[in-house]
This record gives sequence, C-alpha cells and structure tokens, in this order.
Amino acid sequence: MTSMAEKSAVIRMFHVHKRYGAKQALVDATLDIAKNEFLFISGPSGAGKSTLLKLLYLAEPVSEGQILVDGMNLSRIPRRRIPLLRRKFGIIFQDYKLIPSRTVYENVALVLEVRGKKRSLIEKKVKSVLRVVGMEDRLTAYPPSLSGGEQQRVAVARAVAGDPKIILADEPTGSLDDESAAVIFELLNMFYNRGATVVVATHDKTLIENATGRVLQIRQGRLETPPDI
Amino acid sequence: MIFYTQRAIKDILENRFLNVVTTITIALSVLIVSAFGLFFLNAQDMFNAWKKGVRIMVYLAPGTSEAQRLDTRFRLQTIAGIQSIRFISKDDALKLMKERMQRQTSLLDNLRENPLPDAFEVTLVTESNSPEKIEFLAQRIEGLPSVSEVEYGQQWIDRFANFFNLFKLAGYGMGAMFFMATVFIAANTIRLVLYSRREEIHIMRLVGATDNFIKFPFFLEGLIQGLSGGLIGLGMLYAAFSAIGSQFEQTLSAEMVAVRFFSVGVCAAILGGGMVTGLLGCFFSLKQFMKE
Ligand SMILES: Nc1ncnc2c1ncn2[C@@H]1O[C@H](COP(=O)(O)OP(=O)(O)OP(=O)(O)O)[C@@H](O)[C@H]1O
Ligand SMILES: [Mg+2]
Repeated sequence: MTSMAEKSAVIRMFHVHKRYGAKQALVDATLDIAKNEFLFISGPSGAGKSTLLKLLYLAEPVSEGQILVDGMNLSRIPRRRIPLLRRKFGIIFQDYKLIPSRTVYENVALVLEVRGKKRSLIEKKVKSVLRVVGMEDRLTAYPPSLSGGEQQRVAVARAVAGDPKIILADEPTGSLDDESAAVIFELLNMFYNRGATVVVATHDKTLIENATGRVLQIRQGRLETPPDI
Repeated sequence: MIFYTQRAIKDILENRFLNVVTTITIALSVLIVSAFGLFFLNAQDMFNAWKKGVRIMVYLAPGTSEAQRLDTRFRLQTIAGIQSIRFISKDDALKLMKERMQRQTSLLDNLRENPLPDAFEVTLVTESNSPEKIEFLAQRIEGLPSVSEVEYGQQWIDRFANFFNLFKLAGYGMGAMFFMATVFIAANTIRLVLYSRREEIHIMRLVGATDNFIKFPFFLEGLIQGLSGGLIGLGMLYAAFSAIGSQFEQTLSAEMVAVRFFSVGVCAAILGGGMVTGLLGCFFSLKQFMKE
C-alpha cells in the first residue's frame, strides 16, 4: 500500500520548513502528491499556499527538509539543471508574470521556445491554446493593454502550452467571472484526464465545494486535512 | 536565425537610448583608434619611401681639379655598399636651383661667380640603409681627399625612427586602453539594459529557459551594436579621409607617395574588433548579472 503510494507519487515533501527571515511561511510540511492527482490547496490569505508552490519549482529554496519532484531531489539539483525541472511544470502564477514588452503570442510561444520546439509547431500550438481560452483574436496585443481576466487567461494558455506533466495553478480564476472560470477549469480537467497532475492553490470557497479531488487545508503555514464530511 | 536577429533588432529599438549610447561609444573608439592607425600607416609609408631614397651628398672642396675629381670618384667606387655615383657639377647645380626657384632667378642672375660646389650624389644599396652603416660610410667618405663636406639626413632619420617606434608603442597602448574603456562602457550600458529587463529575464527563467537561451539574444545585440558601431566609426573616418586626403595628396604628390586608406582586410579586422568589443561587453555584464 505504502510502496504503491511511493511509486505513484510525483511530488514528495518531507518535513519542509520555509522561513522568510523571521517569518515562518511553512512549518513541517510533509505531503505526497500522486501522479495524475487533482489536488486543491486551500487556506486563507497569507497561509502559505503560494510559498508551497514556489518551493516546488525552486523559485525559493527550502529552509529545511527535502522535496522530490519526479525523482529529482531539489536540494541536490545543480543550477544548470533547474530549467529541466521547471519544464516539467506548467505554472499559472498568481500575478500572471506575463512579459509586458512581448505580445500575447510571444508570451505563450516562449514556453515552447525554451523547450526547443519547431517554429511551425509553436505557431499551431500557441494559436490552439489561445483559442481554448478565448484569446485567439488578441495575438498581437501587449499584456498591459489587457484586462486582468484576459491576462489571466493568457497566463493559463502559457501554462498548458508546453504539455507539462504537472500543472501548478496559483489562484487561476482569481480575476475571472464564473463563466470564464468554468472554462479554465474545463481546460485543467482536460489535462488531468490526459494524465497530468494538477495542483490548484485557491481561497475560493465555491471552487473547493465543487472540487472532485483531494482538498488540503493550510493555515498559518501548517498543513491540515479538512474534517471528513 | 533570421527570427532571432529580428527580435534582437526589435529589442535594440525598445531600449533605443541605451543602445544608441553603446553603439556611439563603440563608433567613437573605432574612429579614434583607426584614425590613429591610418595616420600611422601613411606616415610609415612616407618614412619608408624617404628611407629608401637615402642619398649622401659629397661636396668637393673649391678648386678641385678634374684629375682630383676623377681620383675621388675612383676611390668612392671602391667603397662597398655604394650603389651609384652621380656627378653634379656646380653649373648643373645652379641650373637646377634656378629651375626650382623660377621667380627669384634674378637674384641668381646677378651672381658673378657660382658659389656652389661640385658634388657627387651617392646612393646606397638597400642593405646599407641602416643608420650605423650610413654613419660608417659617411665617415669613410669624409676622409677622402678633396672632400669638403658630407651631407646626409641621417640624424633626422635616426631621430625620426626613434620617435616612430615610440609613436608605435604609444599607438598600441592607446589602442589597448580605448579597447578596454569601450568594453567597460559597453558592459555598463548593457548592464543597464539587463537591469531594465530583469523582470523579463526572471520570468523566462521561471518558465524553464536556460542561461544560454536567455543570453543568446543579448550576445546577438552586442554583435549588432559592435558591427554598427564599427561601420559608423569606419564610415566617419572614411568620410574625413576623403575630405582631407585629397588635399593632402596634392602637396605630397611631388614626393611620389600616395595617401591610402586601410585595405579591405584591415577594414574587416576593425569591424571584427568592434564586434568583439560588443560581445565582450555583453560577456562581462551577463556574467555578473546571471549570477544573481
Ligand atoms: N518573499 C517574501 N518575503 C517575506 N515574506 C514573504 C515572502 N513571500 C511570502 N511571504 C510571507 O509568507 C506568508 C505566506 O505567503 P504566501 O504568499 O505563501 O501566502 P498565500 O497563501 O499564497 O496567500 P494569498 O492567498 O494571499 O496569495 C505571508 O505571511 C507572506 O507575507
Ligand atoms: Mg498566494
């Protein structure tokens, strides 16, 4: 039973602590995320959801503990191989992180370029993901000229464009109306059904109520399982 | 590749001000260093032509008889290192002088007696062109009977050769300094560009870009800047050269020395130098920046 779980875990965290100076953002977090799991991480603002995700793609180093991602031990990974780790993920950043000086098209194409994809394939792929999120007619727009929701949809398109194994979505529907949010969730579900692992961090109660997968609570940096209903 | 070049040009245009600063810096350095080089090149040409034409004028004492003169000539012929000997009688010398000073001939016409001495013009074989040899030969000739004076431009050539070598050294030193200063300035302006684009670089990293992927466009930009800086600098030099050179040529044509511009190969090397400057500027700023 345990060995099965170990084998199928794509992300494993062991007693992970994260401190920002004196601030304890994450305390003794131990967690397995199975391959092809749809996991919600919920909790109030400032609980440490974004921090937990950032540790996974090495935007921040852990203060203590160990993290394994797809068999890679993050504390042992040499600097030059960090890009390989990051390409396993498709990341929807809470603050979108779109490059303001590049067009919508270029922003999405970037994740395919870094993976060394062919130009013709990139064009097809970028257009198709932007069509799914309903941004296909804004290819040449620059992010600052887009509304918050539009930027978020571009961010989602970029996260899924590279066909990642794992999708990390930090508040992916924060700026969206229910209808657009539903589209995004359909998209995440589609990738989940194709075998991707999806981790969604959100404080949106309605999202969690409708969740089909596991829901993890995080409060003041501590992971807790919600009481069974 | 075309795509990346297009993007690099677009990025250059986006950071227009800083890139213009870098390009102009490179252009000015190329201009200054290559102007110096060009001056040096032509000075060397002239110097070589001058050196090649080294002659020793052997003036005979007044009242030397024809027999004595022939004796001196014979003795000159036995000295090794002498290529040719030409006699210039005092009458020939005066005629030559009159030709050269057309306007003032009346002055010479009034002379009752020709004050010029008879002379031999001695040219040397090329191997005897070294300062020491000329000095040695001149001394031997001076010791011959009937010779009153020996004249040669040797002190000048010596001094000039020394000065020339100093000049050459200073040129290399200056070139090296300009190169370093330019790399330094280029590195700093590129660092400002990097700084202004740090968010973009950060995002590229987060989505899995390698350092090389991020660096490549910057190197391309550095290359383009170096190339355009080199072209501008060289173009300005050529324009200045065309303007000044033609006038210069007229005054020099009597000396049979043509003023010339750099050969195609040297031009290419200068452009290459500009590109290396741009690349090195990128290299240093990126090296520092990417560590953070
Ligand atoms: N770079 C940082 N430096 C210092 N403190 C930080 C930093 N990043 C996060 N924190 C702190 O760590 C705690 C957790 O932050 P985190 O961003 O993980 O919260 P969150 O659960 O994502 O909140 P939200 O729902 O508002 O996004 C917060 O108290 C925050 O102030
Ligand atoms: Mg957050």
